[in-house]
Amino acid sequence: MEAIYIDPIKRRATIKRDECVECYACFNGLSQEHLNPTIVRATRKLFSMLRIRFEPEPDVCPTAAFEPEELVWPRVVRRAFSDPRVPHESTGVEGRGTEEVKTNDVSGRVKIGEVGFTIEFGRPGVGARFTEIQEMCWALAKAGVSFEKKNPITSLMSDVATGTLRADILNEKVMSAIVEIKTEVARTEEIIRLVWDVEKRLKTVIAIGVGTRCDENGEDHIVEPILERLGYKLERAKTNIGLGRISPKQQPMAEKEPVHA
Amino acid sequence: MTNTLHRFGDADSFRDDYVIFAMASKGTNDADSLPKLRRFLQIAVEYKPVNLGDARHGGALRPSKSMNPTAHWNRDMAPDFKAVIEGLDKPTTCAAVFDSKVAAEDFVKRIKEEDLGLSINISTSIDGAEQCCHHAGITRHSVGYSLGFEGKTENLPSAQVLMLSTMCGHGMVSHSLAKKMTDWVKEGRRTPAEAVTYMARFCSCGVFNPSRAKRILEDAIGDGK
Repeated sequence: MEAIYIDPIKRRATIKRDECVECYACFNGLSQEHLNPTIVRATRKLFSMLRIRFEPEPDVCPTAAFEPEELVWPRVVRRAFSDPRVPHESTGVEGRGTEEVKTNDVSGRVKIGEVGFTIEFGRPGVGARFTEIQEMCWALAKAGVSFEKKNPITSLMSDVATGTLRADILNEKVMSAIVEIKTEVARTEEIIRLVWDVEKRLKTVIAIGVGTRCDENGEDHIVEPILERLGYKLERAKTNIGLGRISPKQQPMAEKEPVHA
Repeated sequence: MTNTLHRFGDADSFRDDYVIFAMASKGTNDADSLPKLRRFLQIAVEYKPVNLGDARHGGALRPSKSMNPTAHWNRDMAPDFKAVIEGLDKPTTCAAVFDSKVAAEDFVKRIKEEDLGLSINISTSIDGAEQCCHHAGITRHSVGYSLGFEGKTENLPSAQVLMLSTMCGHGMVSHSLAKKMTDWVKEGRRTPAEAVTYMARFCSCGVFNPSRAKRILEDAIGDGK
């Protein structure tokens, strides 16, 4: 993300606020020592003068310099999409905030004959602004696909029918965000070609996931051949092995139908 | 836990990378899921995972908020599986990472027998997951394929760095740290075993695979020779 840099004038670590996605990796991921900053700087200066390099553990902040700030709207959106420890308010799910086919055995989100797409912007480690996500949402809505209702991006749309995101978040930058749609299997190639077309106009990277329901023998003879025909060499997948079941104590929370654009 | 899907590498590079995770669906079967998730983690320990974690508290190696300066010379680098199990206090995604196909297969079989009622997913090569299912006598319910990275891929670092950094799909292991650790190992400033612990501590859900990372770093030393 390159949000933290050494200011050449102040000679101190500084955060570029506009580039920072509020992932909190600096605060949560670094170990802390709580040493006196003056002593730490003086020691470093002395070592530097003597041409001695102290090689501490690289994941330690000696002075515990990072402090989280109170985030307000719309900046708080950055953290929601960047700090995996914070559950999304709209879905209650940590990480990128969506269950997609991981719970398909109990949610029935993607049924036989359907295909679910997760189009993740900014991953890996590049980040994305909502202006770029907006481009894709408009194109997908125009194609008449269904945005997944239980997805944080969908919850930020002011108009789901046109795929329009709230105007006040468009310039916010996040680590990554997933647009989630589903459609019938027959449209798989069309959707991928649409994504290819839009991604050429974007400044970030995209990671595409394609989820499908297997047949009664646990096989997928439909989507995999389409993807291979499009030139994808399928190496890795996430496989839901179908051991989940609905708790008798719980009514299904809400309708599982996606929002139709 | 889409964060385990888009790991960079070819199928063979996942020969020592099996992420098996359990989760409940919000509003459907999460109300009584906490003891089941804990049970999932407890069983996983019997099969010698290389990492264990939950999405709220992190993995078996965690950063310290009050580190003693002497730790620079004698830091504890052993994974603490007990802390993961005892720290689980709310339903969330729980993951176990294995570097052995046999262990992963046996674990999946055992989880099927335990009948926890949670959604269980295997994230690895397509073939690897199929073999786990076959071993346990399970037919796959659904599959989510990774199509890899597209768009402005010129913004991405080298393949070796990507293989390390994408082991935390949430982006908590930065490309810069992965590059730095690769360089340090090549320069002999840290061993591969030490370097992977620094990266693993940043992973906030415990799916980073230290065993695969160590192999990648060892390969990096070989490439430099």
